[in-house]
Amino acid sequence: MTDSKHRSPQGMGFDTLSLHAGQVPDPTTGARATPIYQSAAFVFPDSDAAAGLFNIERAGHVYSRLSNPTNAVLEERMAALDHGVGSVVTASGQAALHLAITTILSAGDHIVSSRSVYGGTHNLLEYTLSRFGISTTFVDPRDISAFAGAIQPNTKLIFGEVLGNPGLEVLDIPSLSELAHSHHLPLLIDATFVTPYLCQPIELGADLVVHSATKFLSGHGVVVGGVVVDGGTFDWQSSDKFPTLSEPYVGFHDLVFADEFGPAAFITRARKEGIRDFGACMAPMTAFQILQGLETLPLRMQKHVANALEVATYLEQHDLVASVSYPGLPSHPDYELAQTMLPKGCGAVFSFELKDGREAGRAFIEGLNVFSHLANVGDAKSLVIHPASTTHHRVDEASLRAAGIGPGLVRLSIGLEDSKDLINDLKGGLRAVEKLNKQRASQVAKPLEAVS
Amino acid sequence: MKIDINGTSIGYSSGSGHPEADAPAIYFIHGAGMDHTVWVMQARYFARHGFRVIALDLPGHGKTDGPALDNVDAMADWLRGVIGATCHDASSITLVGHSMGTLICLSLAARFADLADKLVLLGTSAPMPVADVLLDAAQDNDHAAIDMANTWSHSQRSLLGASDNPGTSNLHMGERLLERMADDVYFKDFSACDGFSTEHYDAIHTPTLIITGDQDKMTPPRAGMAVADLLKVSELVHLQGCGHVMMSEQPNQVLDAMSGFVRG
Repeated sequence: MTDSKHRSPQGMGFDTLSLHAGQVPDPTTGARATPIYQSAAFVFPDSDAAAGLFNIERAGHVYSRLSNPTNAVLEERMAALDHGVGSVVTASGQAALHLAITTILSAGDHIVSSRSVYGGTHNLLEYTLSRFGISTTFVDPRDISAFAGAIQPNTKLIFGEVLGNPGLEVLDIPSLSELAHSHHLPLLIDATFVTPYLCQPIELGADLVVHSATKFLSGHGVVVGGVVVDGGTFDWQSSDKFPTLSEPYVGFHDLVFADEFGPAAFITRARKEGIRDFGACMAPMTAFQILQGLETLPLRMQKHVANALEVATYLEQHDLVASVSYPGLPSHPDYELAQTMLPKGCGAVFSFELKDGREAGRAFIEGLNVFSHLANVGDAKSLVIHPASTTHHRVDEASLRAAGIGPGLVRLSIGLEDSKDLINDLKGGLRAVEKLNKQRASQVAKPLEAVS
Repeated sequence: MKIDINGTSIGYSSGSGHPEADAPAIYFIHGAGMDHTVWVMQARYFARHGFRVIALDLPGHGKTDGPALDNVDAMADWLRGVIGATCHDASSITLVGHSMGTLICLSLAARFADLADKLVLLGTSAPMPVADVLLDAAQDNDHAAIDMANTWSHSQRSLLGASDNPGTSNLHMGERLLERMADDVYFKDFSACDGFSTEHYDAIHTPTLIITGDQDKMTPPRAGMAVADLLKVSELVHLQGCGHVMMSEQPNQVLDAMSGFVRG
């Protein structure tokens, strides 16, 4: 239709769907909460129905690697929240990204990716997938023309994160979508840092979305999981670039997914091939725990972003802080774009740079009590990490800077505590830096004292 | 898949079947704005059970050349031509329609009594009046037409994001499918439904199965039951908790209802 911009149906609101989507009271027991179906396999009603389940002509469950009733509630809830035609949950966020890529790419294919991505994602794209013949060109996420310039005849996918890592660059999804679609390419977005509460990439023009559900979706730092959501928006038959969806699949009796499943072609192949064969499925207990998190996602995200903005504002005015990289602050280069793309807030993960380098970063971390020093984000509790003294401790300063990581860079994941307590805790860390600076100054002064 | 009939390219699905030459044939005819993919599960079932499955895209829909037609008898005449070109040796012919597709089935059965051996009508109503607000939005190619029809086509359970098919959102599936339509197709389809009349039809003798959903707001169950008055031989199956798009909302119950009737 002329007015063909994808949009969501006039259904239930986000808060309602966070609580209810995908689940009705259990018809057998009346249980209101989603039951944990801790069963590896499911009994067939009869032989013909069994054949029908395998042949994708009947709805139901066969084996929990392929689908599970608890997981299905989570999948349907995420599809509802992200406005997708369906989703598949996976063992981790990394498994979700791998599933999304391998459903449509094969050896010889190419990806154009933002260079500002999670380190694990960089490893997968740069080192691991290249062993299997899938190559990636990394470009500046703020430079749409760089994405265009990197597209090759064998390019099959454009990829980026809504908020870059570690610079918090805001990816211009509408512009990137326009570029991708003009080249008959799908746009895959990692929306882990924002969740569908802050940003629904499919509404902005993305075709596929992945999340690490380990982070804000579950929200309590107790599980590891991932999700792939299919927007159902991309026409896989608009070119000959996607034979896994547009040509007969010998591994499923010559099924042509795009012919038979239409808008659900991608997510059907992801389940019928990727989860079936790679097997990185989610445990039903994990799905249950993520569902508990989703029930309070809107409330939690409101508090996360409110706290984050307050903390970022405090840090920006502190003398010991060189810079704060948070798109919710007017000082961030993408502030204007964030105001349109992320009107409810810019997430709760951001970084700042201490003026006094690597030693200052170490002192700061060790001066904190409320923040937990660990390698994760998206917990209800506030988290902190200083890459130069932990994940990147073997890396020299020049290499750190090349990776966009200054020696005094500290990454925070702001939790749900009282913001005054978080700010007081940060003050403690900054006092430790001041103390360190005084010690350094006194060590420099001593030889002079000796002379005098 | 595509077939070429008299220079027109027609999109369809065989349900991945490889039927014998004299296999019974079953034609699936979709509703307004949709295409053959709405029948994926039913098509695959009957293909596995030896039927020659032809789940068609109507003119101007899916992968069939346009233009779309704007009255039901013209659609039925087009379908009759397709059947004539694709089904020479079939031992029997069953027509399965959904919504607007049911009107096409009724038109064929009333005017060409010997063409089909059985009819299956899902979500039917005769007449099938369309609300002015929906017609007006469709005429303007306004996305609101998709939003309205899609929302009204789903049960409360689907509106809350639950599905029999693991991990699927029926609501968003419907939205995305309808968004694939070309301009003016929806208006032509709704105009065809709105203008449909059975006044000039004789009673239909073709054995017919009617399936209704108790939460169907597009073609409420009482409308489906009224269609039975046109029919000499009919069976009626009511699906509980089901909206208008029963093939995707309750695929197993639809198959259970259809399999005995069609294969029996």
